[in-house]
Amino acid sequence: MLKTSCLNIPFANPLVLASGILGVTAASMHKIIRDGAGGVTVKSISKAPRTGHPNPTMMGNDTYFLNAVGLSNPGIENGIAELIQFKKICPAPLIGSIFAGTADEFAELAELIAVAPIDILELDLSCPNVGREFGEPFAYSASAIGRITRETKAKVKVPISIKLSPNAWNIAELAKMAEAAGADAITAVNTVSGMAIDVRARRPILHNKQGGVSGPALFPIALKCVYDIYEAVKIPIIGTGGVMTGEDALKMIMAGATLVGVGSAVYYRGADVFGKIVAEMTEIMKQENIGSLDEIRGVAHGIM
Amino acid sequence: MLSIKKITDENPFVKTFWFNYNLNSQPGQFVMLWIPGIDQKPFSIAYDDSAEFGLTIFAVGSLSKKLFELRVGDRVGISGPYGTAFSIQNDTHYITVAGGYGAGPLGLLTERLAATTNSTVDFCVGARSADLLLFKDRMAKLPHTTVQVATNDGSAGHTGFITDILSGLIQKSHGKKIILATCGPELMEKKVLDCANKNNVDCEVSIERFMKCGFGVCGQCCVDPLGLRMCMEGPVVNRATANSISEFGNYHRDKSGAKIYY
Repeated sequence: MLKTSCLNIPFANPLVLASGILGVTAASMHKIIRDGAGGVTVKSISKAPRTGHPNPTMMGNDTYFLNAVGLSNPGIENGIAELIQFKKICPAPLIGSIFAGTADEFAELAELIAVAPIDILELDLSCPNVGREFGEPFAYSASAIGRITRETKAKVKVPISIKLSPNAWNIAELAKMAEAAGADAITAVNTVSGMAIDVRARRPILHNKQGGVSGPALFPIALKCVYDIYEAVKIPIIGTGGVMTGEDALKMIMAGATLVGVGSAVYYRGADVFGKIVAEMTEIMKQENIGSLDEIRGVAHGIM
Repeated sequence: MLSIKKITDENPFVKTFWFNYNLNSQPGQFVMLWIPGIDQKPFSIAYDDSAEFGLTIFAVGSLSKKLFELRVGDRVGISGPYGTAFSIQNDTHYITVAGGYGAGPLGLLTERLAATTNSTVDFCVGARSADLLLFKDRMAKLPHTTVQVATNDGSAGHTGFITDILSGLIQKSHGKKIILATCGPELMEKKVLDCANKNNVDCEVSIERFMKCGFGVCGQCCVDPLGLRMCMEGPVVNRATANSISEFGNYHRDKSGAKIYY
């Protein structure tokens, strides 16, 4: 009932682990599949290892989750070893994720990671938490998105998905630009910029001061972005941002998503949240006589 | 944010920082301690009597060194407690095996066992020399508790490693149900686990891995090959789980996620 095909890759269900939550090691990603996900996205990898920001790097409350991890990762060499190990122990679809400081480096890194058995390559152009190091995210600029997409597509055969930011006011236009430049899919969205302050400490809680907001507060923002992008492009959308329940996941699909990214829900409902969402989706689909996700994808559009 | 209520010296290099707060923790759990502008890291809990709790700390990194500069009345951020705990069972002989800071949670475990069960305890603690032994006097006061000591230089107790005396203690327990509980350097813990396997007795091991969030989201503390999170499914795991962790005693991952071999 939940079987989904994205870019001709079969997924047992549309839920994929979003990049940056768990997903550091092959073993951790394998556990997410055992816990019910249809696929996984590795935590974004850079050329050299990075330790990320000092703590606190994450905090959560009932309404939002906030993080500024600072893109810590073991570097491309160690990262590829984890990706290879994952495919050795698990046949589920694997989405690679990379980030870099320039278009050239994106293309170079894409070429390196393409030797790993990844099914889709996500380009993280939209991390809001490394501004002091890398400047404004590429995902705010149509020309940067176009250039990085074109240069990366020229180097690799693996389908690529461009991860966009809800901070951009014209995300649908930017998705269109990515599509025109050859992107195979759009991942929407990354976290939206935010901050938390500890009153007693009289300062921001995150060491990086600002961070990215996810969790329940992000969901309606992400849903609108996916809805707008669906009207602008023909390529599939990995709808990500604040999905907590089976009902949320179905809303994403009705807005037009093909796959549904799940991340912070691990904080709210535990690592087995994937299985819970699958069960909830199945239950609602039975109640509503929905036979397949194809029946309802984008169904919320074109209504007077 | 909690104020430091008092600071006591445990030995020349180790201090305990006390807070007036009912943490309601179980032995083996940890808190995240935040010094704004510096860092936030996990610390095990050495004392918790529901009126106050104490964290027993060596000054080893930037955060703990900064903590050693703080005074009574200064405030730090505390969240938690997090993670799994050692079991507290009746009719059992516990052999707790501590190295270094591991004496903290095992000291708290031993106190709870003495206060709430009929179980007996061999509290085993090792150090390089007698002046560095932690909680020897604190444990010596407890009922049905025997302190066993080893020092590398022979200045107190057995000369050598604390793990040398474990088989002897197991033999002496005359068929009573035994639990080996250990916390300390991983290679010491691995010897304790090996000893438990060899003698076929229960074992509970506190496994330390680099943590960012402490609450099961960042994935930094996941262990191979099952991907268990040591902040949620650990740090304290039973013998079967410890045996299933292939990286235990072999390697761990650093702050970036790269493997570091022992």
